[in-house]
Amino acid sequence: MLTFARASVAALLVLSLAGSAAFAADPPPLKIGMITTLSTAGGYLGEDMRDGFQLAIDEEHGKLGGVPVQVIVEDDGLKPANGKQIASKFLLQDKIQLFTGIIYSNVALQVVPDVVEAGAFYVSPNSGPSQLAGKGCNKNFFVVSWQNDTPHEATGQYAQYLGIKKMVVVAPNYTTGKDAINGFKRTYHGQIVEEIYTALDQTDYSAELARIRAANADGIYYFLPGGLGISFLKQFTQAGLKKTMKVVLPEFSLENHVIGAVGNDAEDLYGTAHWLEDLPFAANKKFVTEYIGKYHREPTPYASQGYDTAKLIASALRAVNGDLSKADAFRAALRKADFQSTRGAFKFGPNQYPIQDWYSMKVVRDPKTQKLQLRGVGKIMRDTGDVYSGACKMT
Amino acid sequence: MSLAIEQILNGLQFGVMIFLLAAGLTLVFGIMGVINLAHGSLYMLGAFVAASAAGRGAPFVLAVLAGAGAAALAGVVMELVVIRRLYRREHLDQVLATFALILIANDGVAIAWGKTPVRMDVPGALTGAVTFAGLTYPTYRLLLIAAGLAVAAGLYVLISRTRLGMLIRAGATHRETVAALGVDIAKLNTIVFALGALLAGVAGALLAPILAVQVGMGEQILILTFVAIVVGGLGSIRGAFIGALLVGLVDTLGRAYIPVLLKPVAAPALADSLGGGLSAIAIYVLMAIVLVWKPRGLFPVGSR
Repeated sequence: MLTFARASVAALLVLSLAGSAAFAADPPPLKIGMITTLSTAGGYLGEDMRDGFQLAIDEEHGKLGGVPVQVIVEDDGLKPANGKQIASKFLLQDKIQLFTGIIYSNVALQVVPDVVEAGAFYVSPNSGPSQLAGKGCNKNFFVVSWQNDTPHEATGQYAQYLGIKKMVVVAPNYTTGKDAINGFKRTYHGQIVEEIYTALDQTDYSAELARIRAANADGIYYFLPGGLGISFLKQFTQAGLKKTMKVVLPEFSLENHVIGAVGNDAEDLYGTAHWLEDLPFAANKKFVTEYIGKYHREPTPYASQGYDTAKLIASALRAVNGDLSKADAFRAALRKADFQSTRGAFKFGPNQYPIQDWYSMKVVRDPKTQKLQLRGVGKIMRDTGDVYSGACKMT
Repeated sequence: MSLAIEQILNGLQFGVMIFLLAAGLTLVFGIMGVINLAHGSLYMLGAFVAASAAGRGAPFVLAVLAGAGAAALAGVVMELVVIRRLYRREHLDQVLATFALILIANDGVAIAWGKTPVRMDVPGALTGAVTFAGLTYPTYRLLLIAAGLAVAAGLYVLISRTRLGMLIRAGATHRETVAALGVDIAKLNTIVFALGALLAGVAGALLAPILAVQVGMGEQILILTFVAIVVGGLGSIRGAFIGALLVGLVDTLGRAYIPVLLKPVAAPALADSLGGGLSAIAIYVLMAIVLVWKPRGLFPVGSR
């Protein structure tokens, strides 16, 4: 019996060695570590981003820039500590050198420093915190989406352009919420009659809505991502406030998921975005068609950002033929941003955050299908970077 | 003045909805001694089923009934499969097991409906606002207040006037005696649990048209519900009612007036963000005050 056991162990050993030898002939795919938010109420944002990223890989049948890749996805559950833990596992155990995926800045601020200090690369598909845009910038940190303030600056600019005299501004009472309002104020120069901070887990906004009604403003801007904004908009419309106030929103509060969830309440809303479903670029048309074909849902900015991030990575992987040990060459290739972005013109600023155009948009009813759709109206800002890049001394 | 009345109505509406959740949670704790963290999942299920039913063209009343029914059914299954095994265990075991149920429920709903928030509209006839005595108030929120109070009244009659209610009350205070008298405690437990689940489902279905119906919505409201129960006194329906109304009013009025009151005494930017922070903790201050004054809550079980 014992000999049988020994024999089988030996056989297994031999088999496993043979197996690894067989793999060695074909180089293993390059691992990309994706830390993102897939659970909690913010889970659908990470899901869209991940699916957009995967779409770019599917286009090349499992490759990016001709290099076979394997994306390892882990859910951070919107907890910075989880993100940190996953990052150290990816770095130490899986020896991953290329990271992406984080949705929320509180997670990014914990994870990115660990990643870049280990000499690995991080390409952000969503979060672009100010702390890492100025003095804290890093040569191995790239942001494909936007600097966190810019969506709100664009929205402030649009509110200004629409001629709204008196605004109410609403955001959750935490760092990103305050940054958002500061970004809005940077470009909006009318009167802000009421500034309201809400809780991050709030579901009922009746008290705030009564205050808004009493403020007698002619416009409102709110930064309430995902479900928060859906609840707010439903209750805002219910309170009859949409009849007297123009609603001007950053893209987080006005994307296809939000419109799907609030239905007719979305009609006549104004917003700004760096990407739109109907942008006329070839890369975008291809992305939108393929995304709907594969996932049977409308794409969101998050999905486009995931796709663009994968395309950027593909361009740089092609340049070094998948060899990340040529870090300088890989970095230089990323900086070139030599890819067709779904949003049109795209380049990096000195802090490796994007310089791009911002669009104004409106929710309109399609005369044929009667469906509500986000439609681009015009450009609200051109070739816009961020206010922090001047403080970045890249080494 | 009309603004103050509007804010009080808002608080009342929020309070009665919390009550629908608190009633079930407190019954389950009072009678079975189980802390059920997954109560919010039943609320979530109610909202999702109601939204689906409405999306498939069901009239509003039917959609709410479907949501409530689904939650009650899920409650029965939950009691028979999991909760039943927890009666004799410690609270820590109960918390662990029901927390696991939250994770299972969230992923189950994500598989069935996806992670994208689901849509449910306010029924056409109730979309507008009612004007009375110089005050304009959304019709649907008035309906929520009325429905919540009606359920509370029905529950009161059930608990204090019926045989089932008598058993529930007796079960909460004199469990062994009730069992010794030949009452099938196991069946009573299932009924009580299903009743609690039904109420949570009603709350979810009624709130679905004005909330984001999405995975994780149950946890957001669960904390408020626990505060209401602790304030009101564990295990008591009357306590849950008063506690929920207090929590609803304090939370709403805090958000309405604390930032306004701070404006004259603090710099504008500080007043706004400090006001936001202070109103977020107002209900916890309320809870602390109540607990210092009455450590077992306002109306603990057996004190009637």
